[in-house]
Amino acid sequence: MDRSLALLGLMSAGPTHGYDLKSRYDAIFGAARTIAYGQIYATLSRMIRDGLIEQIGQEPGSGPDRKRYAVTDAGRTRLASWLREPDTPSPTLQSNLFAKTILALVLDDDADALLDIQRHAHLARMRELTTAKAGAPLLDRLAIDYALFQIEADLRWIDLTSARLTDMRKEVRRHG
Amino acid sequence: MADPIITATGLTKSFGPTQALRGIDLSVERGEVLAVMGPSGSGKSTLVHCLAGVISPDSGSVVLDGTDLTALSPDQRAKVRLQRIGFVFQFGQLLPDLTATDNVALPLLMAGRSRRAANTQAIAWLDRLGLGDHADKSPGSMSGGQAQRVAIARALVTRPAVLFADEPTGSLDSVSSESVLGAMLEVVREAGTTVVLITHDARTAAYADREVIVRDGLLSGAYAPVPA
Ligand SMILES: Nc1ncnc2c1ncn2[C@@H]1O[C@H](COP(=O)(O)OP(=O)(O)O)[C@@H](O)[C@H]1O
Ligand SMILES: [Mg+2]
Repeated sequence: MDRSLALLGLMSAGPTHGYDLKSRYDAIFGAARTIAYGQIYATLSRMIRDGLIEQIGQEPGSGPDRKRYAVTDAGRTRLASWLREPDTPSPTLQSNLFAKTILALVLDDDADALLDIQRHAHLARMRELTTAKAGAPLLDRLAIDYALFQIEADLRWIDLTSARLTDMRKEVRRHG
Repeated sequence: MADPIITATGLTKSFGPTQALRGIDLSVERGEVLAVMGPSGSGKSTLVHCLAGVISPDSGSVVLDGTDLTALSPDQRAKVRLQRIGFVFQFGQLLPDLTATDNVALPLLMAGRSRRAANTQAIAWLDRLGLGDHADKSPGSMSGGQAQRVAIARALVTRPAVLFADEPTGSLDSVSSESVLGAMLEVVREAGTTVVLITHDARTAAYADREVIVRDGLLSGAYAPVPA
């Protein structure tokens, strides 16, 4: 999963402080690994440099935690295009797609449609493999079957996720 | 370029309080193999029943091979189905005690063909589906995969313009499913038959040229474009 895009996604729900961002990130994505403050602030300054977010005022006092940040139009465009980009079947797919699905729920975007985009991309790959398999020698067919099973496993996970969207939405709201 | 054989516009259908279809637009190209996917209860069968003229939508229209099905009486629709549409279901459409040949010949006999002509055609289709040696067996004594091949031969023997298949390999294991689908796709592509294939199985859908996903009575459309 791309952690900076996940952070950008969490920030899109509304202006945030660094410490808010860390606790929201950890609540939603932190099961495997929480994020360090250092990485939050490094990511924030990189995103400011890239014009994806901007600082919108500072509360009295000093220290990085007093600053509030908001996502710019460029940041929203970047996020939207990432969300809509299907992931190629690979071991990182699950974590990326998980992040996108959660963020779509956080942002009240159409999570079902997002999963459908991924379904179509997976099916397109399965179709290529199925066509290649028709004329292939037996040993090649076994290798192709292996690839097909991998993609099918992703698709089953997608089906399960999409069947659970309503519950996930409630869960995400609790962390919002 | 586009040459749709089915054009459905604005289809809605309710069963009592259940809105099974909530406004579906769909067109299928001549010779295309289309997979219809979606969760159980999403409206796949209802959609396909409307496309095939088995039921009439509450609103919207279906034009199949130049005929507006929604403008026809039930009797006229039945005639169109007999002449231009083939159906394959998961199971239960064959007469288990007749021979495979008799089962496949039946639709031709109903259309008024002679027994001899019907049998010749039936045997040719069974042969195409790899059942040349089993023409005299009864489906009741066949494996599930062989019986589905007989069902496919029976659906195709009248040379329908469109074949509708609702989970045709849903009751088969993956090896027989693959060989049945492979055989079916080979003959339909050769004959240029359009196929609308309902399946929740991705492997099966991967044999199609394209898939649509039905969700809560609507086609899952393109995602909203990325804001500029
Ligand atoms: N003849 C019927 N009478 C009442 N409800 C029906 C009938 N046919 C379908 N439905 C309802 O319409 C919805 C869609 O059903 P269906 O088209 O069979 O879905 P799918 O084939 O995707 O599983 C479901 O809620 C189902 O219960
Ligand atoms: Mg059904």
